[in-house]
Amino acid sequence: MSEHEIYTLRINGDEHHVKDAWIGESLLYVLRERLGLPGAKGACEQGECGSCTVVLDGDAVCSCLVLAASAVGSEIATVEGLSPDGSLTDVQQAFIDEGAVQCGFCTPGLIMAVHHLLDHNTTPTELEVKEALSGNICRCTGYGRIFAAVDKVVSVRLGASQ
Amino acid sequence: MTVLLPTSLDEALQMLSEHPSADLLTGGTDLMVEVNFNHRKPTTVIALRQLAELHTWSIDQQTQRITIGAGVPYAEMEHGPLADALPCLAEAARTVGSPQIRAAGTLGGNLGTCSPAGDGLPVLSALDATIHLSSQSGSREISFHDFMTGPKRNARQPGEIITSVSMNIPTGWQGYAKVGVRNAMVISVASACLVIDSGSNSKDNDQPSVRIALGSVGPTIIRCRETENWWNNLPNAEKRSASVIQEFGVRAGQESRPIDDHRSTAEYRRHAISVLSSRLLHRGTQS
Amino acid sequence: MSSVSTSTRQRDVLGTSALRPDGGAKVQGSFAFSSDLWAENMLWGATLRSPHPYARIISIDTTAAWKIAGVETIITHEDVPGQLTYGLISSDQPVFAKDFVRYMGEPIAAVAADHPETCRRALAAIVVEYEVLTPLADGERALDPTVAPIHPDGNVIRELQIIRGDQSATGPIVVEGTYELGIQDQAFLGTEAALALPDHDGKGVDVYVATQWLHEDQKQMAACLNLPVDKVRLTLGGVGGAFGAREDISLQVHCALLALRTSRPIKMQYGREESFFGHVHRHPAKIWMRHHADADGRIIRVESRMLLDGGAYASTSSAVLTNAATHAQGPYKCDNATVYSYAVRTNNPPCGAMRGFGVVQACFAHESQMDKIAAAARISPVEVRLRNAMETGDLLITGQPVESVAPVARCIRETAALPMPDELSPTPDPLELPGGSGRTADRQHIKRGIGWGVSIKNIMYSEGFDDYSTARVTLQDGVVTLKFATSEVGQGFVTLAPQIARTVLGVDQILIDPMDTSIGSAGSTSASRQTWMSGGAVDGACRLVRERLFERVGQQHNIDPLRLAIDRTDVVDTMGDLRISVAEATLGQRFEETFEYHHRPTEDLDENGQGNCHVAFAFVAHRAVVDVDTELGLVKVVQVATAQDIGRALNPLSVVGQIEGGIAQGLGLAVMEEIIVDNGRVQNPSFTDYLLPTALDAPVVVASFVEEPDPQAPLGAKGVGEPPCISVTPAIVAAIRDATGKDLSRVPVRPYDICL
Repeated sequence: MSEHEIYTLRINGDEHHVKDAWIGESLLYVLRERLGLPGAKGACEQGECGSCTVVLDGDAVCSCLVLAASAVGSEIATVEGLSPDGSLTDVQQAFIDEGAVQCGFCTPGLIMAVHHLLDHNTTPTELEVKEALSGNICRCTGYGRIFAAVDKVVSVRLGASQ
Repeated sequence: MTVLLPTSLDEALQMLSEHPSADLLTGGTDLMVEVNFNHRKPTTVIALRQLAELHTWSIDQQTQRITIGAGVPYAEMEHGPLADALPCLAEAARTVGSPQIRAAGTLGGNLGTCSPAGDGLPVLSALDATIHLSSQSGSREISFHDFMTGPKRNARQPGEIITSVSMNIPTGWQGYAKVGVRNAMVISVASACLVIDSGSNSKDNDQPSVRIALGSVGPTIIRCRETENWWNNLPNAEKRSASVIQEFGVRAGQESRPIDDHRSTAEYRRHAISVLSSRLLHRGTQS
Repeated sequence: MSSVSTSTRQRDVLGTSALRPDGGAKVQGSFAFSSDLWAENMLWGATLRSPHPYARIISIDTTAAWKIAGVETIITHEDVPGQLTYGLISSDQPVFAKDFVRYMGEPIAAVAADHPETCRRALAAIVVEYEVLTPLADGERALDPTVAPIHPDGNVIRELQIIRGDQSATGPIVVEGTYELGIQDQAFLGTEAALALPDHDGKGVDVYVATQWLHEDQKQMAACLNLPVDKVRLTLGGVGGAFGAREDISLQVHCALLALRTSRPIKMQYGREESFFGHVHRHPAKIWMRHHADADGRIIRVESRMLLDGGAYASTSSAVLTNAATHAQGPYKCDNATVYSYAVRTNNPPCGAMRGFGVVQACFAHESQMDKIAAAARISPVEVRLRNAMETGDLLITGQPVESVAPVARCIRETAALPMPDELSPTPDPLELPGGSGRTADRQHIKRGIGWGVSIKNIMYSEGFDDYSTARVTLQDGVVTLKFATSEVGQGFVTLAPQIARTVLGVDQILIDPMDTSIGSAGSTSASRQTWMSGGAVDGACRLVRERLFERVGQQHNIDPLRLAIDRTDVVDTMGDLRISVAEATLGQRFEETFEYHHRPTEDLDENGQGNCHVAFAFVAHRAVVDVDTELGLVKVVQVATAQDIGRALNPLSVVGQIEGGIAQGLGLAVMEEIIVDNGRVQNPSFTDYLLPTALDAPVVVASFVEEPDPQAPLGAKGVGEPPCISVTPAIVAAIRDATGKDLSRVPVRPYDICL
């Protein structure tokens, strides 16, 4: 593909056409500036903060490090896809209820990382939670309330499954 | 700029032969940082992430030789049969960046960039890995030791794609350690991979030999051959003694060639290598 | 007797852990941070910055840049229509460098273009000819009067001495040390961003920006843009953290000027690297301290010499210095003081406000000293602090009586009573050990240490500054609308303000209008002041509205308004039967009041540093438990226990958030965060090498609230934002000393400080 071709990305189950883009744009840039999906945030441009976390073909990755044009043919999930009708997931609600949101800049990336963790591990240990979230920097909360939110979701889900 | 999306290795090699100076992209954890910071303006990028041929690994049970595709992400090396076969690689993989980086980063990428701080590289060195490259004109193999030629310099020729690495699974203990200032997401200040080959199959003739490779303390990964030879030639009864283990560390430190930079000092790095090397050997000789 | 409400539904009033009203938007990613804003027909702006820490500008040639397709305009100092400089205290910082650049990263020009990539190309095409000069990089040299000034205002920003009591008082215990702190960065995640929309006639501009103080930005911008203040209209764009870094102007004037020049909306946004250069940092400091004490470890005199390197421009250095110097004694009784302090100008990165504001530096010094006194007196670190603990009414070394409640001993005792963490397991998971997944240590390599830190922190502004906050409250048809310019940076004022209104007015449905300059100033979100000041303003306006409401109801029902009260969501006659819901009482009615809250006046300091210069104080104690790999010098902070003097918990969940977040920042300063500068050049402007604590670095935090309501505070609550990050740093360092026996005197502690 070259400079001004249109390419298509599949995001949250929908096809999005990217036009007039400079082909070197990251997926983060395309989501935010081309496709009206500003949920993923950019705070470092080098994969060191996790604010831009999306799920790409089932893997939680930093969208600032994905060349958008190379994601043609992949399934991309962003935070906007979690609550398309405005109703919150249990993870999102727990973040609010447990005080895990202050400025909120890290929040979408963390929500994606937490969902990804719990989709693969329904009973993570404390260390497994911390390791899974070690790529998401939060500068406001010190992580305590974030861990509390994850614990809440896990225990409610376990309770519900019994 | 052009982005090419081959669907097979053959197609990728064809594209690369037409654009020999193209950048190869899999996980993007190095290349995209350069693009984001405007340090690199690729004209052509060939994206390899979708190539199934690179995203596979296998063990030849007969020869105990393992082959890992250049596109296997680090996250897949942390658990499961691949980790069981190569625990030192699993340990190294676990220290790479963050979970998000591990889902994207690959050995192929580590080799393509060839930074002395590349977390997987000390493992390849210690395991005497072979690097497999393909081009339109064929395939070739090259030892890791000949592949990495300097800091961020390697022996890949234009038109070549790194397709896999292969190595013999060590018969004895293997481990990896990496020093960073915080407890996650660290660029290595100093790292080491140590493997022990237990020698003959008979316990009476047990003649363990060691291989140790150091990261972030030289222009390339450093194999401590002098230290290895010294230890390998010691009487077996002495190999496990505390003073020998201590001296092993000192000698490994002396083979390192660290520099001062904003991350750390040469003195600390050398000291850290000594400590890591001793500790790894201690772990290896306890079991 | 009054009637009784039958409702038992819990309401989100003061004292409850009410949830943030913006939480829903934030978890969905739909909350509009400044960097998410967008306007039709907008251009992107970008800034050209100096690569040199000190140079004379010989020429700036933008010719080639103008020729690039997509470039709309380029501006330099020549295009600044009004005042060429700005600044929070003295206006010494150029909008664009003119004759000199004085720090690496100083802005020289800005461009507006159709795409950030075009901007980058345009910036690269601007040719600046420099005469590179040798930077003044040593703060001590800045004090030398024979060294040439790097700025017309000179190399000394401020000198402050505090001389009190017997200047030769001494005792059997004399301990001293020189303590150093490196440069810490606020590292908020939401980097600088703004959107500027010019008026059609070019005579005004609307700016949406993430900032800590809308009105102060407005004032400085108007002066530089040569516009009347009411033509520079600022609205708060969503803020992704601040911690002091948004107190100074960064991109505001540049963005507005580009908009006015192009007659088009301009979006500006810094990347992380630019952000490191785009805002002020915490002052690095060198503090010598000597304590004289009696044989029981009671302080007789404190001596100190403090040197704070303010970098190239003055920013708030003079106020930071006041805080550092006036807090030299710590939260301890002290009758005699000899303190000399200096804030100097160098070609190092400009420094200004960061959470703690000068007290972080003083606290590291005085807490390190307290442990030395304890050792000399052969008592424990806890005992030495209890023996010296300040009490309500004690005097600061400035002569000011501490009228705020000062529960220092209680903070220490309650912290000491908090449970210790479990011993390290004999077979720990590698992630529990220092070094984490790097697997550098085994169990036998680890030593555990315990350390203490206690702090006093002034709340609000000082030295005669008439600080105030404004709020307007409207009650109509049972709905309250709040209007204020208070910057919400994540701390939760948008949660607290409705809690106040619910409590005072008995209404549950609260709307918050946009924060902008159409109402009076709320002052800065800093100095732990907003709960007190803006909370006081909202409370004051609510009370006025309630007064009007009671007058009305009293008139309608022929009851003396003094008998009326709010009970849950009803207006009740406390001496009769009337009970009418506020909704019903305000049907078809509109009550609106604006209130400006001022704190009581403060004084300047005289030439001996004497004067009642602060408003109020808060106290906190921290106990840190660390595990150290002593051979490699790697540290894991296991637990931080704390009892914090908060006055009153208006929202316990928010308080915990501030405590845990502040502790993480203090931990960062203790063991991993530093902007490394070599001869004025920043070496590590990225998150790869400026390390922030991750989820695996966070300690377990055990916190206790000390609630002794402050009679001065409008809601009984003290500010809680800064104390958590102050004494935790020396507590962690003290714990590392305990584990290693090393006499550490610098933060951040580096591995080689511990093991080599």
